[in-house]
Amino acid sequence: MNNDYRIAKNMDVWLILVYVVLVICGWFNIYATVNTDQQASIFNVSQIYGKQMIFIIMAFVIAAIILLVDMRFFMNMSYIFYAIVLVLLVAVTLFGTKISGARSWFTFGGFSIQPSEFAKFTTCLALAKYLSTSVVVLKDIRSQLIAMFIMLFPATLILLQPDMGSAMIFGCFILALYREGLPAIYLWVIFFAAVLFVAALLVQWYIILIVLAIAVSLLIFINKRTFKNIAMALLLFLGAAAYTYSADYAFQKLQTHQQDRIKILFAQEIDTQGVGYNVSQSKIAIGSGGWTGKGFMQGTQTKYNFVPEQSTDFIFCTIGEEWGFVGSVLLLVLFFILIQRIVALAEQSRNKFSRIYGYGLASLLFFQVFINVGMTIGLLPVIGIPLPFFSYGGSSLWTYTIMLFVFIKQSASKSMF
Amino acid sequence: MKDRGLSRRKIDIIIIVALVFSVFVLRLFYLQVIDESYQVMANNNAFRNVVQYPTRGLIYDRNGELIVYNEAFYDLMVIPGQVKAFDTAEFAQLIQLSVPECKKRLAAAKIHSRYAPSVFEKQISKETYGRLQERLYKYRGFYAQIRTLRKYPKSVAAHVLGYVGEVSPSMIEKDVYYKQGDYIGMSGLENFYENQLRGQKGQKIQIVDVKSQDKGSYMDGKYDVYAVPGQNLYSTLDLSLQELAEQLMQGKRGSVIAIEPATGEILALVSAPTYDPNLLVGRERSSNYHNLLNDPQKPLFDRALMAQYPPGSVFKLPQALIALKHHVITENTGFHCDKSLVGCHNHPDATNLREGVKMSCNPYFQQVYRRMIMQNIDPNRFIDSRKGLAMWEQDILSFGFGSRLEIDLPNTKSGLIPNVVYYDKIYGENQWAFSNFRSVSIGQGEVLLIPLQMANLAAIMANRGFYVTPHLCRKIGDNIPNDEYAKIHLTTVDSSYFKEVVNGMYDAVYAPGGTAHRAQVENITVCGKTGTAENPHGKDHAVFIAFAPKDDPKIAISVIIENSGFGGTWASPIASLLIEQYFTGEVKRVQMKQQMQEISFMNEIKP
Repeated sequence: MNNDYRIAKNMDVWLILVYVVLVICGWFNIYATVNTDQQASIFNVSQIYGKQMIFIIMAFVIAAIILLVDMRFFMNMSYIFYAIVLVLLVAVTLFGTKISGARSWFTFGGFSIQPSEFAKFTTCLALAKYLSTSVVVLKDIRSQLIAMFIMLFPATLILLQPDMGSAMIFGCFILALYREGLPAIYLWVIFFAAVLFVAALLVQWYIILIVLAIAVSLLIFINKRTFKNIAMALLLFLGAAAYTYSADYAFQKLQTHQQDRIKILFAQEIDTQGVGYNVSQSKIAIGSGGWTGKGFMQGTQTKYNFVPEQSTDFIFCTIGEEWGFVGSVLLLVLFFILIQRIVALAEQSRNKFSRIYGYGLASLLFFQVFINVGMTIGLLPVIGIPLPFFSYGGSSLWTYTIMLFVFIKQSASKSMF
Repeated sequence: MKDRGLSRRKIDIIIIVALVFSVFVLRLFYLQVIDESYQVMANNNAFRNVVQYPTRGLIYDRNGELIVYNEAFYDLMVIPGQVKAFDTAEFAQLIQLSVPECKKRLAAAKIHSRYAPSVFEKQISKETYGRLQERLYKYRGFYAQIRTLRKYPKSVAAHVLGYVGEVSPSMIEKDVYYKQGDYIGMSGLENFYENQLRGQKGQKIQIVDVKSQDKGSYMDGKYDVYAVPGQNLYSTLDLSLQELAEQLMQGKRGSVIAIEPATGEILALVSAPTYDPNLLVGRERSSNYHNLLNDPQKPLFDRALMAQYPPGSVFKLPQALIALKHHVITENTGFHCDKSLVGCHNHPDATNLREGVKMSCNPYFQQVYRRMIMQNIDPNRFIDSRKGLAMWEQDILSFGFGSRLEIDLPNTKSGLIPNVVYYDKIYGENQWAFSNFRSVSIGQGEVLLIPLQMANLAAIMANRGFYVTPHLCRKIGDNIPNDEYAKIHLTTVDSSYFKEVVNGMYDAVYAPGGTAHRAQVENITVCGKTGTAENPHGKDHAVFIAFAPKDDPKIAISVIIENSGFGGTWASPIASLLIEQYFTGEVKRVQMKQQMQEISFMNEIKP
């Protein structure tokens, strides 16, 4: 009893507050996206906002249960959960219901469950469990490979559904790995790879080669001109050149709609009625919001279906349109507070598992907000993933609720370790 | 357990997150605050400014009978910027157009404007609209706009009413009210009273969803502007009289005008040949218009207001009145029918003015006019004629000749009264005298009147010396259209001089030796005057003016029938039948009516 009381006292109020605000705002926004024609009471369970209300209530119940569970349960069960979800991922790829081209859902009656959402949780657990083992040193290539494997195995299965958006999210754990000692070079490589990929699409290959050559020359000039340094620089140049070539090749190998989405992003094709329709309508909705927006339920773009998927992947448009710049920034600030707070609490944790787990959660949240919002404001290609806590749907809400409250419980019980 | 070195990486991660979010905030600032084009695009997406067309004012006759009303139809509109790919073949079939035609129109609409609506197909029938309406949701960017068309239950009075057509680019330039595809009165009353008849367009802001379906009005219509319906026009026309006049003028070229003398109200105004006003309505309008335009009989030409004729003997009436006023003759002046001066028919000499008018003796009136023009004021006959003509001009102009009568129709001619300046131009100053224009005495030579002026002359005779400008509109909405139409224009001739001239007109119809016996109507005293407008190109034009009854006249009429010869033969019976109709409400002389309807002068050589 004394224990429970202490945990309750130590629970982070900020996290819970932000969580509740996000979830409730999401619910109201889902209500606002629905056409007046079909508008009923916000509690009407035949409508998506009514269903979301049920999801939210269930999420609160789940949160309460988690707070009662001993946190060692999750730590100990990490690999088992991980394995169960892997099995589910295989099963869903084989037997799942196909919705918009991907076999990502199990449907029971009116309910659909998306195992790839839960995979985020279990992968985070498994990674935290593995990395918290004292033998693991992330400077070693072996540890790196195992960690990468834990990350990428579920991602690969998800890619088979195929659901590229959800699969990409698993890349976020690289941030958690970085915190745990993964050499910085990995982040730089990823950063430059992304820059080069975009460059390969936008400019002629010889320009890239010239720029690379100049950069490498500068590197050689600045550093000590030892044989090793020069060889490394040249190797770097060759690698980058080969990558640029293969990026272009890989791009050609992408599915046409994915190619188009990327092309649209870089305005290589202007086609506001075809593939670019989603993004252009999304930008119109957000852009028309102005400073303070059109007011709750007054959005014309989101309400009258100009924006597709406006209650799920494009829910940010409703915020942009109805609450304007002020509302949009406020939402970003809420997410920033959430992420920052999780990182801060993780850092305070005396327990390695709970720290890594916290970083994993923060990375997931950051990545998902990054990709989702970036897509709606036309900075990233269209990748269909929901906005955490906000978008319509049970799987995503429950997964993040579970993850968040497991973390809250862990950080509240830190004094016990 | 803490790794001091690695915990610094927390800051790196927070910086990455903060950087990304900052970029997002900047991007949002650009999208939402700086770039205003998204607002415009959003409005183009979701708002459709639907023009609310007012119903055009109805037109009634003097007895409250409807002459013109409106019928609803639909225009299929398109906003090219909202059009998404659709099944062109199915669509084309729905609106009964070919696929290439559909594509052509869409391309044309795109050129006009991407965001403003264009008319895709005009005046869709109710049946087509019915079929289309159910499927319109499939064709994003298309919608139907309700419009009205004019409809004429009786198919009469085409020249009076005029027609309504689509505005031309030059009209749009002149008046910003009009937009492409709007309708405007092109002629007749529709044109003259356009501003009152058309009403005022309104605008409704409609919210549409992604499928272009109507989602109600924006802000409950707070920003909507309601259309103001056009005002109804209460015309002076007597529909049954107009109808009869048109029947009687079948197969003839010419015109009939009937006026209520005391008020100047036009009871009937016919230009023959006429056309069915329903032809110039709807989809077939332009091809029908083209046919009418190319018709050798020129049915679109309004002879009542635009054809100028030498008035012939009806001109003897003002000639007699002006001479009386100037005391160059008296009521008892007689002249020998001297055929050496001018040709005449065989009749006894007129011993007084009344007989002169009754028999319409040409030499008589030449001598009357000679006395008027050459009053021996100056020994030089040139100067004498000059002074005489100047005096005469003062008086003759007061009959409403030589200038436009301000009738409420857009186009009228003024006719011609030759004057000093006119003859100076032809012959040189002081190079002309009475002999040069003596034929004006009997309404030939240079003098020209339009049929409306002749009808107005009949009204002046009926009123014994004044007229009210003939007009067609009594009331538009609740307003009197023009103060002019309440104003009495006095001629310069005192009413006392009219008595014997009017008696002459009475005798022309009733007395033995009169020229217009066929104008008689049972129980009604008709006063008339025949005329023959000489036509150098073919058979003469018949002219007849009349009013009735002699005391307290209620109707004054002019009838002109081109190429039918002497005025008494064909023109006077038409006036007679119209007077009968006007007073008794029917025509009992069925045989006469039939004869008049059947006779045709169309095949005579055109003027």
